[in-house]
Amino acid sequence: MNDMRLTERNVTSSEIKISARQVDVFYGETHAIKKVDVAIPDKTVTAFIGPSGCGKSTFLRCLNRMNDTIDGCRVTGDILLDGEDIYDKRVDPVQLRAKVGMVFQKPNPFPKSIYDNVAYGPRIHGLARGKQELDEIVEKSLRRAAIWDEVKDRLQAPGTGLSGGQQQRLCIARAVATSPEVLLMDEPCSALDPIATAQVEELIDELRERFSVVIVTHSMQQAARVSQKTAFFHLGELVEFGDTGQIFTTPKDPRTESYITGRIG
Amino acid sequence: MTDLSAAPGAAGRAKTSSILEADARTRRRNAAEARFKLYGMLAVATGVLALILLLISILSNGLSSFRQTFVTFDVPLSAETLDPSGNRNPDEMSKVSTFGYSPLILNGLKEALSARGISVEEVPDADLANMISRAAAADLRDFVLANPQVVGETLSFEFLANGRIDGFFKGRVTYESAERDSNVTPGQLRVAEAMVAAGLMETRFNWGFITGPDASGQRPESAGLGVAILGSFYMMLVVLVLTLPIGVAASIYLEEFAPKNRFTDLIEVNISNLAAVPSIVFGILGLAVFINFAGLPQSAPIVGGLVLTLMTLPTIIIATRASLKSVPPSIRQAALGVGASKMQSVFHHVLPLAAPGILTGTIIGLAQALGETAPLLLIGMVAFVREYPEGLPQGLFDPASALPVQVYQWTQRSDPAFVERASGAIIVLLVFLVLMNAVAVLLRRRFERRW
Repeated sequence: MNDMRLTERNVTSSEIKISARQVDVFYGETHAIKKVDVAIPDKTVTAFIGPSGCGKSTFLRCLNRMNDTIDGCRVTGDILLDGEDIYDKRVDPVQLRAKVGMVFQKPNPFPKSIYDNVAYGPRIHGLARGKQELDEIVEKSLRRAAIWDEVKDRLQAPGTGLSGGQQQRLCIARAVATSPEVLLMDEPCSALDPIATAQVEELIDELRERFSVVIVTHSMQQAARVSQKTAFFHLGELVEFGDTGQIFTTPKDPRTESYITGRIG
Repeated sequence: MTDLSAAPGAAGRAKTSSILEADARTRRRNAAEARFKLYGMLAVATGVLALILLLISILSNGLSSFRQTFVTFDVPLSAETLDPSGNRNPDEMSKVSTFGYSPLILNGLKEALSARGISVEEVPDADLANMISRAAAADLRDFVLANPQVVGETLSFEFLANGRIDGFFKGRVTYESAERDSNVTPGQLRVAEAMVAAGLMETRFNWGFITGPDASGQRPESAGLGVAILGSFYMMLVVLVLTLPIGVAASIYLEEFAPKNRFTDLIEVNISNLAAVPSIVFGILGLAVFINFAGLPQSAPIVGGLVLTLMTLPTIIIATRASLKSVPPSIRQAALGVGASKMQSVFHHVLPLAAPGILTGTIIGLAQALGETAPLLLIGMVAFVREYPEGLPQGLFDPASALPVQVYQWTQRSDPAFVERASGAIIVLLVFLVLMNAVAVLLRRRFERRW
């Protein structure tokens, strides 16, 4: 497992996957996100930290347009995925979400078998041409989510019968199965015990080889352990964004320093 | 809160508040709780008592309607009376009305009585003939016209006994009451007793009550529920076929897709209000729209079904929306998160989870519709119908009755024998309702989220 050797870690890719420019989000009258500019690199774990209600989850949900499903939510500004505006009128959010997968705070497997949970995405997107190909995708996804060995003998068992940590890894496998390019994780460990958390964190580190991972977390230790880039949000503003090592050792903004030293939040 | 600062005060308080002894406030609270429990138990007991009384009264009145008194004897089908021309042509034989058959039945009965040595001196012929149901001559005529070759033979027939004679064996009619009754004499009752002893007459289970058509007020013994059950069944089919798709589609749209604005709010309020509209209002609506405007036939199950559909839709929509709401939003998010479209998330994930609730709501709605009377009165289902409706689908347009309307009609009739028949019809209706509710419970158990 990773410890706090922050300086040893470098961003592996400098290619920008998602860039946001002047993004504002409104919930009705509430101005939830104010003029956020951020550039999320590919094949990197980017952590969003900040006190509760600071807008980090809201911003994360803008990245795959999950906010579309909330009544009265309005997003302005540009969010570019590989240079294409995801809020363009021609973009179908359904297609976007296959490219930008999401793992939620609470493990939410479908009340179906483990196999069906993972196979659902590939099925609806037509990613597999036959049963065998689908089997392969399911196995590969479960292996990537580091849960294959635990469930390979009971793929037809209900996904909801697994433990909390296993369920969350199943949800990660489900998100990975559609071969997304970006994986968004909204506090994926907040409902898990320390051991399951450690497993999921280890997994996140492995996932970065293939995906750009964006993780929202309440735990600064977790951000420090798993991420290469960290963005600190406060009251809807992006206060500071930089390499994780730099944010945690030499923050530039006094608010960031206050937060990571525990004085605000 | 002065005790907090004063140490001696605090010590004094500790002394008075021993936990081994409840203080006045705690005692009051406990007493209030005990009283509340008592009220609750009283309420439940009242409900259970009312239910038990209802069941006892219906069962004690109605169970006897499933049994009926039958008379069996030989009837000589004399050729001179039934087929004067002698060519066994049913068309010509149909000129002989039931008045031609009645004497044959009376003769047969008299012969059977004298053969067994039962004295009929004190009973005039007219009274003797009245012991057999008025339906007997008509039944015999129908049989002979259907089988003309039996004319001239002497065959054994089974007839229903008159309702008063039947009532005598069910305890409704006694010698004392017969003295005062113009429709039955003590002499008839004595003959009836002798006939039972001789094996000519017996009281046993009567399928005719469940399968037979209604009969006029003069012959309660042959009235049955067949047409009403069939009519109710046809109506339920119409209701099911219409409400389930319309109700579920409307609920899914309103719950999952519709934007939240003034217009949908208005629709929502109206649906809730429609569920509370008195059912007779739907009857007037059905009369105006389906019969007067659309020109559908009166008394037809299709009209009844349409009216009951209007009445049941709000119930089903409310139940369906409630069960859609109860599906956790995390499931919808999970589906959207892997790139399912809104419709896929609803049909692949939300609907299967909501299905048990939807089915239960539908069956409860159907059960409600099955017991509904008032709107049916207004669309002519209260008519006296003796003909069975045709098979599906044209049977939907034939006149029919319905179970609750049949109950209503029978309670209107003067002959006391209809009291037991109305209660018997209620038993049949209740059996159907219990069965439907049992199916609802079973479906819920079966399809409930098992993990």
